[in-house]
Amino acid sequence: MSATVVLAVARRAFVKTVRQPFQLFPLIFFPAILLAINASGLAAATHLPGFPTRSYLSFAIALAYVQGALFALVNAGTNLAEDLESGFFTRLALTPLSRRALLAGLLAGSGAVGVLQSAIYLLIGALAGAQLKGGLPGALLLLAFGGVASAGFAAGGVAAALLLRSGEAVQGLFPFFFVLLLLSSANLPRNLLHGWFQTVATYNPLSYLIEGFRAIYLTGFPAGPLLGGAAVVAGSWLLFGTAAVVALRRSPRAL
Amino acid sequence: MSARPQPDAAILVEGLVREFPGGVRAVDGIDLVVGWGEIYGFLGPNGAGKSTTVSILTTLLPPTGGRALVGGYDVLKEGPAVRRLIGASLQRCALDPYLTAWEHIVLQGTLHGLSRRESLERGGELLHRLGLGEAAERKVRTYSGGMQRRLDLALALLHRPRLLFLDEPTTGLDVQSRTALWEEIRALANGGVTVFLTTQYLEEADALADRVGIIDRGRLVAEGSPAELKAQIGRPALEAIPAKRALRSRLLELLRNFGEPVELGDGEGVTIRLERGTAELAEVVRAVDGAGIEVADLRIHAPTLDDVFLAKTGRRLEGSKEEG
Repeated sequence: MSATVVLAVARRAFVKTVRQPFQLFPLIFFPAILLAINASGLAAATHLPGFPTRSYLSFAIALAYVQGALFALVNAGTNLAEDLESGFFTRLALTPLSRRALLAGLLAGSGAVGVLQSAIYLLIGALAGAQLKGGLPGALLLLAFGGVASAGFAAGGVAAALLLRSGEAVQGLFPFFFVLLLLSSANLPRNLLHGWFQTVATYNPLSYLIEGFRAIYLTGFPAGPLLGGAAVVAGSWLLFGTAAVVALRRSPRAL
Repeated sequence: MSARPQPDAAILVEGLVREFPGGVRAVDGIDLVVGWGEIYGFLGPNGAGKSTTVSILTTLLPPTGGRALVGGYDVLKEGPAVRRLIGASLQRCALDPYLTAWEHIVLQGTLHGLSRRESLERGGELLHRLGLGEAAERKVRTYSGGMQRRLDLALALLHRPRLLFLDEPTTGLDVQSRTALWEEIRALANGGVTVFLTTQYLEEADALADRVGIIDRGRLVAEGSPAELKAQIGRPALEAIPAKRALRSRLLELLRNFGEPVELGDGEGVTIRLERGTAELAEVVRAVDGAGIEVADLRIHAPTLDDVFLAKTGRRLEGSKEEG
């Protein structure tokens, strides 16, 4: 598997996303708008005993990074489904490109988009006054974490596209993940949640991903939340990556 | 990949079968051989199995029976070697509307192992030759159908393939674009490229192909050069229409010297099969002139590939909308 070939596929995947405004808008602006709404509407929550910070913005901005990673799933899946429908995938299949190189390229492209969107959230947070306790190393970690998480979730999009073969069907998965996001510790820390909501949030892997991003803002580099977030990213790679590999192997070359 | 001596045939197909779930046999036991440097026209109506055959030969679809060697490599077991050897421009232009022609060129070249410089040099040459030089910086979504088809062909040729598969390359093109593409295909064949061309246009197969295979319902029903196939149908027919109706019986009588003339259905003219082909035409004309019979119209009706298709399948190819 040649790095040049993987980079060529990655570059094309990146370009395809950033040249489509209707893909770029939800990727960047939707999380930013939601952040603005939450930060102004839920700021009073910071007065609750046990809330970890006085800046709701610093607390809530982690949600934007995770939303971005979930959008990577939808975008990677939609783009691949479009390639399957338009026949562009057939063009790739007519070259000596291996399936492994194709998958690596698609995920690298999504990872690059993930780094870009993380950089934008970082900038928005800095401009809006979010405190980044992790400093410059924390900022770099956020970029890397954002890219790797996006690539991991993008593998889920690739698997979904190969299974469903329709861009609309892949987009239909987003509400499921959005509900999962709302049933997490996105808006309040888990220790302030009660009853079934707390139980669901505790079992929801997205809570740990959010808490990983959040910890870099609120604390710096605490091992527990960072390891929790890293475990979710590793799990997404393992689960979605395996699904994508199996789906690619089972597909005829022309798909 | 170890170098292998060039096989005798560019394409060798034996008993090829592709059966889809539900028992539909899109390709039903095809045998064919295509020589190096040949333009092989694969002619048939919609749904006859042309594209399925091309998909198998280009490694996009595995056969369910038989075998196919392309450039000496088995399409089922040696897919990457086949793909290095071939170029393909399929029915739908497989282009990304958000990329420019240059970006397509660089991506395609990289996937075929060309350096960026090689891709740009070769790509520039092809884009210029195909009249896309000025549009190369534009995104493909701004291209017309003909431009997209030409870019698709340029991409198929970028890595200098020795075998080129063209699946209905001129469908949907205007006459001017179609003629330009025909010239390009001829030039490629003159340069030594083997061309496997599927088409549902009779005139396309007739004008371009060295040999034609006619496929119907997944089976090869006839094969040969266009002239050979038409010769199987018979000699050309001469249709003569006298200037005055009253002369028709005299014309009919005169033409009996050359065979068995038949009155045309409209009752105005006479037709006769020329037993010695068009070589006999001059003799007929001289005889008619010598007899003082004034003729309003005289035309030769040569057998067409459609006549061949009719003779082999009992149906006309032109205007066929059959799916299957």
